[in-house]
Amino acid sequence: MPAIENTYSLYINRKETRVTVSPDMPILWVLRDVIGLTGTKFGCGMAQCGACTIHLDGEAVRSCVTPVSHAVGKEIITIEGLSPEGDHPLQHAWAEVNVPQCGYCQAGQLMSAAVLLRENPEPTDQDIDDAMSGNICRCGTYLRIRKAIHLAAAIQKSKVKQS
Amino acid sequence: MISLNDKKRLPGSSHRSKRYYYVISSIVAFLALVNMSAFKSESGSAGFVKLLKPRFSKQDSMISKRAFLQVYKVLMSPRCMNCHPSGDIPLQGDDSHFHLQGVKRGPDGTGLYALKCGNCHQSHNLPGLHMPPGNPKWHLPPANMKMVFQGRTPHQLALQLLDKKRNGGRSIKALVDHVTSDTLVLSGWTPAEGLSKPPLTHKAFVNEFNKWIKHGAISPDPENK
Repeated sequence: MPAIENTYSLYINRKETRVTVSPDMPILWVLRDVIGLTGTKFGCGMAQCGACTIHLDGEAVRSCVTPVSHAVGKEIITIEGLSPEGDHPLQHAWAEVNVPQCGYCQAGQLMSAAVLLRENPEPTDQDIDDAMSGNICRCGTYLRIRKAIHLAAAIQKSKVKQS
Repeated sequence: MISLNDKKRLPGSSHRSKRYYYVISSIVAFLALVNMSAFKSESGSAGFVKLLKPRFSKQDSMISKRAFLQVYKVLMSPRCMNCHPSGDIPLQGDDSHFHLQGVKRGPDGTGLYALKCGNCHQSHNLPGLHMPPGNPKWHLPPANMKMVFQGRTPHQLALQLLDKKRNGGRSIKALVDHVTSDTLVLSGWTPAEGLSKPPLTHKAFVNEFNKWIKHGAISPDPENK
């Protein structure tokens, strides 16, 4: 029996996109296979590693277990849309500290860190651990991630002062 | 010579009978006061009848305690206790290990920053082993009222459940409603794949809970482990 497909109007990276897919298809596969936004990575497929993290109405959800039907009427932001110009304080800091090694988990790391910085603009080491411990990095870049988040917090703060 | 009347009324007997009268009256008055203070919650004529005997008998107390010990088995099963941990990290699995990903309670019980419960837990169980179980309102108790089950003895947990300052501000009726129909409580009986159910059926659990309340909501003795 063929899977029932529905047409959904999704709001992805500030643009409306229509897709016709099964309601229980995880958003990850809609993004990667249907729309072609491959910045978001598949890691474990069971919400355990954080590689697939995207923002859904501002929350750092695991796109590998979130059905597309759950995203209707909500704003989806992927790593491609984190900052329209690619100049999010975290992106600057990531480049400055040279965080990635293999890079596979980094999109998820950045998306989780962005939620942390929005909710806590001056995080302590403990706050960073509390926010980031669900994002696994096989290369072990954790210390550089922590350093980069502190730097991003400082960049964000100076931007706020300037504006 | 002592007359017959005098024999019937020995010296001092009149004085003694008055004293007996006062003693017995005092005892009766004392018992009445004790009864009234013990059952001051009773009111009206029905209350007066109940004054004559204790509201809950020793047998009631035993039934209530036994019922709570059954309730306790459920509350301490992983499906209930995992979300009532003694620390700020929820527990997982039938062995109640710390939640992977280092998830923490957060102020309102729904997690912190990028690790909020609803970021992974959907409104329903996802198929497959080790997939996140689901519920529309997945959360822990809030930080200002943690409602800890883990490590509590039956005595401690029963007292905690009855204490509005430690039970989420719930009345007895609200407690019964909570265990009877709260969807998050009910989800314990529809666990995700590979997870065990609580040791009693939900119906039996609610029956035991009601029995515990109906027979006095007596907490088991402290030595009950």
